[in-house]
Amino acid sequence: MRKLSVLIVILLTFCLFFSCAPEVEESAQVAELKKQNAALQAEIDELKNKIAELEEIIAEAKPVTINWWHAMRGARGKVVDNMIKAFNDSQSKYKVVGTYKGAYDEVVNAGVAAYRAKKQPHILQSFEVGTQTMMLSGAIYPVYKLMKDAGYNIDWSGYLQPVLSYYMNADGNLMSMPFNSSTPVMYYNVDLFKKAGISPLSKEKPITWDELGEITGKLVKSGVPGGMVTAWQSWTQVENYSAIHNIPFATKANGYEGLDCELTINNPKVVKHIARLKSWMADKRFFYGGQKYQGPKAEFIAQNAGVYIDSISGIAKLKKAVKDFKWDVAPLPVESWMKKPQNSIIGGASLWVFKGHNKKDYKGVAAFLKHLARTDMQIYWHKETGYFPITLNAYETLKKQGYYKENPLQEVGIKQLTRRNPTTISRGLRLGYFIQIRNIINEEFELVWNDTKTPQAALDNAVKRCNIKLREFEKIYE
Amino acid sequence: MIKRSIFRSKTLPYFLILPQILVTATFFYWPAVQGLAQSLMRSDPFGHRNTFVWLDNFIALFTDPLYLKSIGITLIFSLSTAFVAISFGLFIATMANRALKAKPLIRTMLIWPYAVAPAVSGMLWLFLLHPSYGVIAIALKNWFGVDWNPVLRGSDAMIMVIIASAWREVSYNFIFFLAGMQAIPKSLIEAAAIDGASPFKRFWKITFPLLSPTLFFVMVMNIIYTFFDTFGVIHTVTQGGPGGATNILIYKVYQDGFIGLNLGSSAAQSIVLMTLIISITVVQFKYVERKVQYAG
Repeated sequence: MRKLSVLIVILLTFCLFFSCAPEVEESAQVAELKKQNAALQAEIDELKNKIAELEEIIAEAKPVTINWWHAMRGARGKVVDNMIKAFNDSQSKYKVVGTYKGAYDEVVNAGVAAYRAKKQPHILQSFEVGTQTMMLSGAIYPVYKLMKDAGYNIDWSGYLQPVLSYYMNADGNLMSMPFNSSTPVMYYNVDLFKKAGISPLSKEKPITWDELGEITGKLVKSGVPGGMVTAWQSWTQVENYSAIHNIPFATKANGYEGLDCELTINNPKVVKHIARLKSWMADKRFFYGGQKYQGPKAEFIAQNAGVYIDSISGIAKLKKAVKDFKWDVAPLPVESWMKKPQNSIIGGASLWVFKGHNKKDYKGVAAFLKHLARTDMQIYWHKETGYFPITLNAYETLKKQGYYKENPLQEVGIKQLTRRNPTTISRGLRLGYFIQIRNIINEEFELVWNDTKTPQAALDNAVKRCNIKLREFEKIYE
Repeated sequence: MIKRSIFRSKTLPYFLILPQILVTATFFYWPAVQGLAQSLMRSDPFGHRNTFVWLDNFIALFTDPLYLKSIGITLIFSLSTAFVAISFGLFIATMANRALKAKPLIRTMLIWPYAVAPAVSGMLWLFLLHPSYGVIAIALKNWFGVDWNPVLRGSDAMIMVIIASAWREVSYNFIFFLAGMQAIPKSLIEAAAIDGASPFKRFWKITFPLLSPTLFFVMVMNIIYTFFDTFGVIHTVTQGGPGGATNILIYKVYQDGFIGLNLGSSAAQSIVLMTLIISITVVQFKYVERKVQYAG
């Protein structure tokens, strides 16, 4: 029994020894380790702070994306891409992303849908007939305000006024940034003119409509199947005819001064003009080639018509398509009683800025719009697409460079557009449901061309129908 | 003995049809209800102003003479296209059924146009019939002295869109008629032939009545096609012109809604269109189907 107790004591002593001795040593080690650990922790914390700081810097340096939905494709799309690239390369704060969303109406539709889903882009390109809808949408940030808020002090008088005036509100403030603008001009077949013994036309001084009547008469007599054709009949024969002759298209300063406007296109002057075209149809001095440009253009290219009225953007198309005859450009004809013809009006599209983004984004949008208006960008845009440069600076520079001496066709439109300062009548049109209104005018004209209606009856009916549309539009915004 | 599997679970069948119900609800019922709601409102495109206007949109539609005209145009267009497509399909199927050589080849060639989308079909016929650059149009003018001008004359434009729409549908009808004819027992026709019936009589007395279920089906499908799918043809060929002569209902819905952004009116028009097509189909089933002989 004793033996056992001794053994236990020895065992216990051992245990004690072994358990105590290392503990003493270990606690010293632990203290050391703990110290190291604390040092490391401090270092980690410091690094973490540094990372957070760096991340903040990176976040600030990461460019803000700005979305631009447009309707420019093909060659024009490429030009737009290059202008965007020039902006993105010139700075690192913002990155503009351009997206082609289809034709004009499709782009506007995409914008409407996106706005309703609160996913709107920053910039939307909308065509000129959508101006009233966009302006009243309550969804846009007016460009004049955007530029002011972003700290840009822009001298708007350095821009082409007939272009700006189309996108201004009644107070003369710019609501959207003009982008691509064109105007109608008159193309003619030089070879057919020569054959019929007609001398070439001036690029600056417009001929009269009476003279055009004689010219088309000579053309037909010389064996040409038809005298003249026109594309976009509402735009060229009513909207521009009215602007050039300073005839109101609608009351309330063409709709600029109130939604309660009414059309006035059944006035004697416009009726007389349409009646004249109709009378020319009898001896083929005029014939109808369709609502848009494809039909009339085909007739001009096939030399079935010697004169063709269409947008200046037709220059590029004709250069590509016409191989077997010479053609030239002249300003639109005017009436002999109009001694001082007004400016013609534009077609095309402008850039609208949507509400609902943050301040930092809008700084970028403003910088980008400013970039687009730069002289070099405008010169590039005009040279590549034929659309007008929007600043006088760009226009003057092009003149100085001798660009218009080499490309005299390009200047016909600009000269016609800028020959006089716009009046409240010739500055543009501001109508709701404008697309439907153009459709109605097209429809009624077709009924004149196919002998169903007289010009007076058709225009009276057009006014009646359009006024119903205008009243419907007015009701929405009551 | 008929083998039949029976599901004992009560919920399983519902579960199995759930995917179809979900698809129908998402892509039909939900938009239809939304359309119905929109048709009772006057709203701006951006959705800031919505006023409930009861039936104002519908009243405006039915007091608009142009809308009523558009309904008339749609009916003329639809019935003529269906008539042309069905009669040609039937004629070609009869001929093809009698062809002895290269039957599969002929059949394939004739079915082909159905693979062409309506918009492409429209473009194709535009390139043939446009007065300024259409090959056939120019030939008509130069060789036959026909004054063909669909850009100016409504009736010519109507003929052009009917041809472009029916052309594609002929193939569709052809497939069904051919299949239907092949299901008719040869013995019947042979017996009639022995009894001295002429080919013409055999067609009208035997083939045609036995084809009536096919004819009925094809008619319903053609009418629906002309009401909705012909949008592509109209859009590429005439855009509803000249002077609104080919502005069919579905195109007007698009023009007013998507281009003109008049959403209330456009929604009301779709509701009218939906009601119209439902009632036409119901009438077809009620009255025309009675004359159909399903049993051979």
